[in-house]
Amino acid sequence: MKNFITEKKGILSWLFTLDHKRIGIMYLVSIFAAFALGGFAALILRFELLSPDKILLTAKQYNQMFTLHGAVMVFLFIVPSIPATLGNFFLPLQLGANDVAFPRLNLASYHIYLLGALFCVASIILGSVDTGWTFYTPYSTSTDTAVIMMVTGVFILGFSSILTGVNFISTIHYLRAPGMTWFRMPLFVWSLYATSIIQVLATPVLAITLVLLMIERVWGIGIFDPAIGGDPVLFQHFFWFYSHPAVYIMILPAMGIMNEVVTTFCRKNIFGYAAIAYSSIAIAIISFLVWGHHLFTSESEVAATIFSFLTFLVAIPSGIKVFNWIATMYKGSIDLKAPFLYFLGFMFLFVIGGFTGIFLGALAIDIHLHDTYFVVAHFHYVMFGGTLYAFLSGMHYWWPKMFGRMYSEFMAKIAFWLIFIGFNMTFFVQFIMGSKGMPRRYYSYIEEFQIYHQISTVGSWLLGVGFIVMLVYLIQSLRSKEQAPDNPWGALTLEWTIPSPPQYHAFEKTPVVDKGPYEFGVEKP
Amino acid sequence: MNNIQSLTKKGSFYLPENISANLGQFDILFYVIFWLSVILFVGLLIFGFFFIISGKRQQDDQLAKKQITHNVKLEVIWTVIPTLIVIIIFFWGFKEYLIMRTTAPNALEIYVSGKKWFWEFTYPNGKKAIDELVVPVNQPIKLIMSSTDVLHSFYLPNLRVKRDVIPNRYTVMSFESAKLGNYNIFCTEYCGDQHSNMKAILKVVDSDDYTSFLNEVDFDESIPLSEAGANIYVKKGCNACHSVDGSNMIGPTWKGLYNKNREFADGTYAKADEVYLKESILYPQRKIVKGYQNVMPSYQGLLVDKEIDAIIEYIKELSK
Repeated sequence: MKNFITEKKGILSWLFTLDHKRIGIMYLVSIFAAFALGGFAALILRFELLSPDKILLTAKQYNQMFTLHGAVMVFLFIVPSIPATLGNFFLPLQLGANDVAFPRLNLASYHIYLLGALFCVASIILGSVDTGWTFYTPYSTSTDTAVIMMVTGVFILGFSSILTGVNFISTIHYLRAPGMTWFRMPLFVWSLYATSIIQVLATPVLAITLVLLMIERVWGIGIFDPAIGGDPVLFQHFFWFYSHPAVYIMILPAMGIMNEVVTTFCRKNIFGYAAIAYSSIAIAIISFLVWGHHLFTSESEVAATIFSFLTFLVAIPSGIKVFNWIATMYKGSIDLKAPFLYFLGFMFLFVIGGFTGIFLGALAIDIHLHDTYFVVAHFHYVMFGGTLYAFLSGMHYWWPKMFGRMYSEFMAKIAFWLIFIGFNMTFFVQFIMGSKGMPRRYYSYIEEFQIYHQISTVGSWLLGVGFIVMLVYLIQSLRSKEQAPDNPWGALTLEWTIPSPPQYHAFEKTPVVDKGPYEFGVEKP
Repeated sequence: MNNIQSLTKKGSFYLPENISANLGQFDILFYVIFWLSVILFVGLLIFGFFFIISGKRQQDDQLAKKQITHNVKLEVIWTVIPTLIVIIIFFWGFKEYLIMRTTAPNALEIYVSGKKWFWEFTYPNGKKAIDELVVPVNQPIKLIMSSTDVLHSFYLPNLRVKRDVIPNRYTVMSFESAKLGNYNIFCTEYCGDQHSNMKAILKVVDSDDYTSFLNEVDFDESIPLSEAGANIYVKKGCNACHSVDGSNMIGPTWKGLYNKNREFADGTYAKADEVYLKESILYPQRKIVKGYQNVMPSYQGLLVDKEIDAIIEYIKELSK
């Protein structure tokens, strides 16, 4: 029997496919490449920081390297990571549909992604940008590096994000299988719905901001540069008006995956379905109102106070989700397989990320911690410990479905522990040096911080080894002959009712849904 | 530099030594949030571990012991209590923030200018100092700050205060130190190649020392001119961008510079004589040596003629 991988052959049948599953796989390969590039940059950065003196890089090269790391990880990896790969593949399948609402648009968004990525990579060759991924003015309008190239790349990538969002919203509205009411949708779908809303509404603001930045750089029109009458703080407002909601573009789908994994591996119905669904939407709305907390040290006192208050509000729905997941584990039948280990890792790290967010939300405390390594550690706990962990969890969870092959559970556990220990070693120590006063984006530092930096760098090596192990066993699994079962975990959502890997037309008969996604049974006493 | 107080060895586990006289309960609030987080985190861990151990799957077909889809009482509790906690933390943080941002009416005003890549301080009597902020102990200080190029941020870890320094705009930061000694000042807003070297020292002294600092003659007449130039090289921050050993930094090295032929970005040439050197110190943007960026700020008003003479003599000395 042919499946979507063996259906057609040749590179062109992939590059111009309209199949959401193939597009998802192409995204998966692309973002892996982006992750490898960004991760490689991170390892070099950490290596340079072993000593306050020069080891490999000059100060300028260091600045280019951290910009590369940040820009690639944010725009090429983490924003598209879950929606474009696992979302593309499993959103239609979880709804019982054979594709997204606009397959051609879906392919277009992938091609646009590639084009944007091309510009970003070209900028590395044409004089790598040294502004940081935030492109703050007036530094970004005055540096002699290839800012226009990089900004054009990010501008283009934005359209890919918007089109994916539009596609998902339409798919969720119109392609649900008969009987799948809104409150029978898997929660991963709910989270992608909330994410898509943010993508569609916030990304244009980033695009406008970047166009203004380009106009300023090319024609010297004073929008942001004070030397010609502009206001640099205005740029910060514009930039974060997108980039704060973007944080939720990154974390909401991650939370969505966590619902799928915790229910399946505990064989439990989710605790508080409605609360989780609504809190996704609540987070999406409030996320537009908290951008000012990135500007506590530059904006007015009144604005800072308002944004501090709103920031605390957005913490509540996230907290509720954590409580719901813990409650879901109660009295379950718990299987500690790799996807669930990543779920537990997510909980551990995301909660630390969340609590340290409380420090940063408190006005006075943020003044001290702003732009120190404390912030660096905080957002790595949320982005890496949160989003990436959930992505890894989802990838291990759906791997047998996507490829019809099972990876080695033993190797997966080894990689998990390497990454978990390496991650905490790399980043926990950064909380301490940050609150002790170590500023971020520093090429050199005062000598007393060296020991903290060294611990952090050794941790980054463990992380690197962990990911190499993962790459090895994933590739091995693809080469193995053994067929994975259609439903290895005993999950109940629709994608597990079809063969692994799915056929080109996934559902030969449109499924009819008559119950919720997580209605597991109870052990008879 | 002259023994700066350690950030890591002094103070509590997470925070550097607190030398502020007016900070209120900053450190207390920090540790209240810390311990609240630890308690809640450990609580969640205990629940998590207990659920895993008691629910670990023994057989493949084992189902859950119970299915619970919601519990209104529990959900209200875990929504309301965290909301109350964060509202309390919000108000507390806000209160400390107001204290931080309030300037005493008798504050001593010092102008701060951030430039790539040094800090310039101007005192009420017109005295200027570079990378050295000298303030009297137990005296409220008001810094009136501005940048001449890109964004910078002025950070005093031991006083827990920080404020962005923005071109074309004044920002104000105030503090009061209760302890004598030398402390770190960092730039915390990324500003380019030498961002991490844009350091300065906060010197908290008693009022007599402060007065003598204000009236101190900057220029030491008792030593040879070239030696005075060597001191100015360090004191006025020239060393951030110019080397004296021939190595290449942001700007051209001073070694062997005197009387050398210089080629400029616009294709013209000049000999590095006294006239050229003085012009490059006062109007650095006029002649940009080929291969370098136009980033040096003007030293007009920062150096008196005698100091410029001393620097030129020092460069000559380095070219012998």
